[in-house]
Amino acid sequence: MGTIVAPAVRVGRGTTRAAWIGAAVVGLLVAVALSVVVGANPMAPGTVLDTVLGGGTAESRFVVWDQRIPRTAAGLVVGAALGVAGALMQAFTRNPLADPGILGVNAGAAFVVAVGITFFGVTSPLGHVWLACAGALVLTVAAYAIGSAGGQAAGPVRLTVTGVAIGAVFAGLTTGLTLTHPDAFDRMRGWSAGSLLERGFDVVLPVLPLVLVGLALALGAASGLNSIALGSDVARSQGVSVRRIQLVVLAAVTLLAGSATAVAGPLVFVGLVVPHLVRWTLGTDQRHIVLGSMLLGPVLVLLSDVLGRIAVLPSEMPVGVVTAFAGAPVLIALVRRRTVTAL
Amino acid sequence: MSALDVGRRRVVVGIRGLSIVIGLRSALVGAVVALATVFLALLALALGDFPMTLAEVVGVFTGQVDALPRIVVLEWRLPRAIAAVLFGAALAVAGAIFQTVTRNPLASPDIIGLANGSFTGMLVALLMLGGSWPLLTAGSLIGGLVAAVVIYLLAYRGGLHGFRFIVVGIGISAMLASVNTWMLLRVELETALFASAWGAGTLNSVTAATAVPAGICIVVLLALLPLVTPAVRQLDLGDDAASATGVAVGRARLAAIALAVCLVSVVTAVAGPIAFVALAAPQITRRLTRSPGIPFVTTGVVGGALLLGSDLIAQHVVPLTVPVGVVTVVLGGGYLVWLLIHESRRRA
Amino acid sequence: MSSPTGPPDSPLQAVGLGVRYDRRSVIDDLSVAVPPGSFTVIIGPNACGKSTLLRAAAGLLPASAGTVLLDGRDIALYSAKDTARRLGLLPQGAVSPEGITVAELVARGRYAHQRLLRQWSAADESAVTDALRVTNVADLATRPVDELSGGQRQRVWIAMVLAQQTPLILLDEPTTYLDIAHQIEVLNLLHDLNGQGRTIVAVLHDLNHAARYASNIIAMQDGRIVAQGPPRTTITAELVAEVFGLANVVISDPLTGTPLVVPADTRLPHPVATGASSSSGSRAGSRAEQTI
Repeated sequence: MGTIVAPAVRVGRGTTRAAWIGAAVVGLLVAVALSVVVGANPMAPGTVLDTVLGGGTAESRFVVWDQRIPRTAAGLVVGAALGVAGALMQAFTRNPLADPGILGVNAGAAFVVAVGITFFGVTSPLGHVWLACAGALVLTVAAYAIGSAGGQAAGPVRLTVTGVAIGAVFAGLTTGLTLTHPDAFDRMRGWSAGSLLERGFDVVLPVLPLVLVGLALALGAASGLNSIALGSDVARSQGVSVRRIQLVVLAAVTLLAGSATAVAGPLVFVGLVVPHLVRWTLGTDQRHIVLGSMLLGPVLVLLSDVLGRIAVLPSEMPVGVVTAFAGAPVLIALVRRRTVTAL
Repeated sequence: MSALDVGRRRVVVGIRGLSIVIGLRSALVGAVVALATVFLALLALALGDFPMTLAEVVGVFTGQVDALPRIVVLEWRLPRAIAAVLFGAALAVAGAIFQTVTRNPLASPDIIGLANGSFTGMLVALLMLGGSWPLLTAGSLIGGLVAAVVIYLLAYRGGLHGFRFIVVGIGISAMLASVNTWMLLRVELETALFASAWGAGTLNSVTAATAVPAGICIVVLLALLPLVTPAVRQLDLGDDAASATGVAVGRARLAAIALAVCLVSVVTAVAGPIAFVALAAPQITRRLTRSPGIPFVTTGVVGGALLLGSDLIAQHVVPLTVPVGVVTVVLGGGYLVWLLIHESRRRA
Repeated sequence: MSSPTGPPDSPLQAVGLGVRYDRRSVIDDLSVAVPPGSFTVIIGPNACGKSTLLRAAAGLLPASAGTVLLDGRDIALYSAKDTARRLGLLPQGAVSPEGITVAELVARGRYAHQRLLRQWSAADESAVTDALRVTNVADLATRPVDELSGGQRQRVWIAMVLAQQTPLILLDEPTTYLDIAHQIEVLNLLHDLNGQGRTIVAVLHDLNHAARYASNIIAMQDGRIVAQGPPRTTITAELVAEVFGLANVVISDPLTGTPLVVPADTRLPHPVATGASSSSGSRAGSRAEQTI
């Protein structure tokens, strides 16, 4: 039985919101520019611009076109996918702490990928994608089904702990599997930190259609989620087909979280932080939240990646470490507020 | 036996004004599980690359067998078996304390993420300071304790709420986990494999040299348990009611958590973070004894049996030898998931 | 209005008490004394600081200013067990551990009287037996608390507080969530306990219950004490209108003669004719119309 919460109120006027969306777009452009310009190989912005426009030396062309641009593309795709997946999970589970990483979806995806690598010798990126999506699907369904077993909406803590527990089991299984198969261990450890290093178009292009479908589904489900935010009973009485929204959201989360995990490995907290930042600026309308998360997700991932590239020169800090450090404080701040209410 | 019927068999043992109360069912469960533990221990001493019959194992203790079996049993296998029992007991009691203090069956050092803190400390010692055993142990101890203090301070806000404690723990844990993965990336494959095995929780590296000091620490810490037990029991009633009946809630809770964290840290320092024993043992015990709240002593006995049994599975049942932590995470995690389903069905 | 220092023999008094939650002040410079042997009831609208005052008075919340005097001495100077041997409290939201039996729960009230190596004594035994008997739950002693009805459960909790054997008992909304018959049952029990010489302090929501059972009323509003004294002089239509913002009439309880608060019928477009205290009733009526 859901408690009745105040309906989605628009906090800002249309113009304020337009300004925020404009700011997000500008932020995204800045992040993309930084991601192309900044790196372990110092290059003048002029040289980079020259190279992008078709000039430059062989070396600069290699750095820009073969390394930074594909990597930036990967960051865009992963960020948008995770940001929106988090927004969907938070709205759908009415749980402000929901995040594909925290709820174990990524761990499930990682486990299935590990099984594929270990037993079936899967090496192609596309193979990773399908395996990761399968794992993500199973975990999303399991976490929600178990968290809400007994017919009531899962409370935030309950769902979170369920996800953590299931995630821990799968992480343990992955550990057991990889420890007994050193080759798989070696291949998995690069992937499991969450990194955009050497993710080329060969990895990004196969997942692009899946992510686009996922984003389209998310936008389609957003207005239904506005009703679900008031509790499934209220949503039903407003004529929303809760079952259909659930299926659409499930499909979208699976595609988005699975694809992102396949590309970058399990990144935690992006899906948690981004929707909250968006909610603070754009209000509680799910359509705006989905759209805003789509813009802001890549900003967070790209900036984290840029920071990871230059934070510990000459080596590189994986983007997953940076996002974890950016995200954990947000999680802690959230629970330190007086009450954590269902959304 | 007291004249007051509380609906449960219990004994008041007392002489000259001193008295303690013992629940009969808890005591009985404890005794049965202790017997099972002895049997498992004999099995642990008999099984291995140098297989022996149970009679031969018993013979070792009665002094009837020659040198080689004595060495195998007493020097190779006994330290590991004793370590499994003591470590299991320590983890289980720590879990019981966490669950009672937060009044949440899901609060355990695993979920809260002390393990990741210990692992971080151990990795720092291994990768940056060279990594002799004493250093690794110290690193892991410090890592776990620092993580516990940070989580406590961040979760404390005019009082300690169980759920805030858990979620803050999850956040810190996720942060540390990513650091750990990253550090593993930066080392040779072999080092990473070694560290990872330890990070999963294993008794493979337990020898008399590491088990004895850890065992002494655990025995001392467990001996302190009766000092905190009565106050922690009252916390079952809720903070306000506990306080109203005369418990200094803040102090009692801090002392209990400190004890639990020390227990976990000692085990983790030697064997790595062995998952889910702390979570599952108290809940299993509560169901077996049907007592209100978690009986600490019986929980310790059950925890010892659990870890010893899991270690036997890890060594002898699974085709490839795996760290015992992989067995406990699967068994305990599966149990936890069952618990969550079961509890929500019951509530509905 | 309350006097800054109460009667010297008051078992419990607040002197210039201030209490804060986070940085928000809930109670500021409040002074009140509980008369010895009284049945004191604290009334007031939601969020006026009733529970906060009770919890601070029991030593559960630290005072940010002023002091709480328990038997004439600052409560902060007592150890937790010392406090619990002088003052019993039934808080809101106490939890009964799963599967605990009635007698076991009541025995938990003996904590302050036990020591590490003296976990059960003849005194414990007789205190628990007495508490079970007085609250009329002795027949339930071996039953799990989870299986009891709301009214039975509340009596068991009161038994736990009684087992503490304190001369002073504080109860935070002991009748909330009970049906009317169980409410009366609990209040009768408190009345009997008071008759046996215990000082009772309770937070109650129902003004008419308060008026019938209390010997002393403390009315609160916005963290301040608005009135204190016997129900007959404190529970007036003016007070109820002022404190609760409710248009009302106070008549005499046909059975006991204590004040009986009857809400005015504000559904009608014109003021209703009232029997008693018409001037205050109409004033309160106009006031309520403004708030609506």
